[in-house]
Amino acid sequence: MKAFTYERARSVEAAVKAAASVQSARFIAGGTNLLDLMKLQIETPAHLIDVNHLGLDKIEPTQEGGLRIGALVRNTDLAADQRVRRDYAVLSRALVAGASGQLRNKATTGGNLLQRTRCPYFYDTRMPCNKRRPGSGCGAMQGMSRSLAIVGVSDACIAQNPSDMAVALRLLDAQVETMAQGGAKRTIPLADFHRLPGDTPQVDNALQPGEMILSVTLPKPIGGIHVYRKVRDRASYAFALVSVAAVFGQNGQARFAFGGVAPKPWRTDGADAAASQGAKAVAEAALAGARTTPHNDFKKALLRQTLASLYRQQEAQA
Amino acid sequence: MTSDGFTRRHILQGSAAATAVVPGLTQAAPPARSVSAQEGSRMMALDMKVNGRDVHLQLDPRTTLLDALREHLHLTGTKKGCDHGQCGACTVIVEGRRINSCLTLAVMHEGETVTTIEGLGTPERLHPMQRAFIVHDGYQCGYCTPGQICSAVAVLEEIEAGVPSHVTQDLDHVGWSDAEARERMSGNICRCAAYPNIIAAMRDVAGEDKA
Ligand SMILES: Cc1cc2nc3c(=O)[nH]c(=O)nc-3n(C[C@H](O)[C@H](O)[C@H](O)COP(=O)(O)OP(=O)(O)OC[C@H]3O[C@@H](n4cnc5c(N)ncnc54)[C@H](O)[C@@H]3O)c2cc1C
Ligand code: SF4
Repeated sequence: MKAFTYERARSVEAAVKAAASVQSARFIAGGTNLLDLMKLQIETPAHLIDVNHLGLDKIEPTQEGGLRIGALVRNTDLAADQRVRRDYAVLSRALVAGASGQLRNKATTGGNLLQRTRCPYFYDTRMPCNKRRPGSGCGAMQGMSRSLAIVGVSDACIAQNPSDMAVALRLLDAQVETMAQGGAKRTIPLADFHRLPGDTPQVDNALQPGEMILSVTLPKPIGGIHVYRKVRDRASYAFALVSVAAVFGQNGQARFAFGGVAPKPWRTDGADAAASQGAKAVAEAALAGARTTPHNDFKKALLRQTLASLYRQQEAQA
Repeated sequence: MTSDGFTRRHILQGSAAATAVVPGLTQAAPPARSVSAQEGSRMMALDMKVNGRDVHLQLDPRTTLLDALREHLHLTGTKKGCDHGQCGACTVIVEGRRINSCLTLAVMHEGETVTTIEGLGTPERLHPMQRAFIVHDGYQCGYCTPGQICSAVAVLEEIEAGVPSHVTQDLDHVGWSDAEARERMSGNICRCAAYPNIIAAMRDVAGEDKA
């Protein structure tokens, strides 16, 4: 790791101020993604601001009947929260499908949303990568792209967003509450939070430099049957090849969000509208405009089959 | 290596390359509790309670909890496997929860309580899980075992506390099963594949061994 200085922030305001005053400062929460990347010198912050002790670890009801999840709530605690299990089960399911018990004990809501891609070329500093080193080229496009995205990609980057939690949050129409430099607060719908790569794949999300996530809010519960299905190379402790978060409602209505297939948690109006027509129609609508490589073309069929399996399960239980 | 310069290991491990080096953790510098952002790494003071003992260290902030335990406190029971959170050999219990000690900085644990394999039990007074691993032959080479045991102890507590897992059928009814134990232990890799015996040891300690 490159040398850095470390401070434990005493207040949210102080943390945001510190981030503004030191060049290349980073917040550190669970540290499970940031330290991994710092060991590989993919991230080289000069200063770390520890945001673990700011009271942002609570889950509270909102006036609108939803929940406000503090940015520092651990993935384990969010998955185990009684209200989340009862009213937002898809979120509990997505969380426990991610990483390992040890990692979930550390990983936080904010950090999970900001975890960087698992593209193998992003991780290998000997390789070209437009996300890691803008303008250096994309090693993955002509290389080992099996795990990478098939929709929402660009000529510059085909990296996938690896988060399971974010897929469920996208399905539930979550919003991200932040504090920017100078102390101004704003709310960003999760739909607009993660960016598509375009020709600036180095920018993952809508946060400004030094902007801090304070919380994530969920609207009031929508009922229905909540499922999260993750397909991966081994039964546990692996990132998704594809994943589907779904809430099945009345009369064939359903909504869907998808992981492993796009640079952001993927949701389309078309897929939801096709719900009553079955798995094939939903998959087609979700993957409209897909651009695959010979290595990751299988994800189209895999997503269709995963949806088909979910539909069969729904029918069996109906 | 493939023609693309990737080892099979890179691909299987979700691509977090395991090529890190941790340079010069012990450069001398004047001890100071506060650091100024303009200067490079400075030593920082750290107090923790490790295995019931108060410890006081001066550390470069880069020092992971794992390196603090092994290199500074000489508690070498906790092992460094991948150093990237992918194998679980470094699992310790901090403030009652199991974590990967390789992916956290020691200075983030000021004032906290850490339990390592050495603190769970001693050769004379084994922790029930340590004894069960011996009885059920829950290891072969033994390298992953300290992490496995710390994890296993915490897993039984997590089930007790009702924390759901990926294989929990009904999110409101969390209980012991072999499948639950296997899923919850997936963050601890055993190269010798002692898995069946690890589950047997856990089943024993969970009091589910009557069948
Ligand atoms: C071996 C392994 C397997 C994994 N498997 C999965 C998996 O299957 N599914 C999955 O979804 N995830 C998986 N993960 C990723 C894991 O979920 C993330 O590492 C974790 O969620 C990151 O959270 P953190 O709190 O540790 O973030 P940190 O590492 O602390 O931070 C990550 C980033 O967010 C920034 N940040 C943190 N908090 C804030 C804040 N409040 N405001 C602004 N910026 C902030 C940091 O500056 C940093 O840039 C895996 C990780 C590992 C190591
Ligand atoms: S796909 Fe994106 S992250 Fe991967 S090598 Fe190409 S530019 Fe980098």
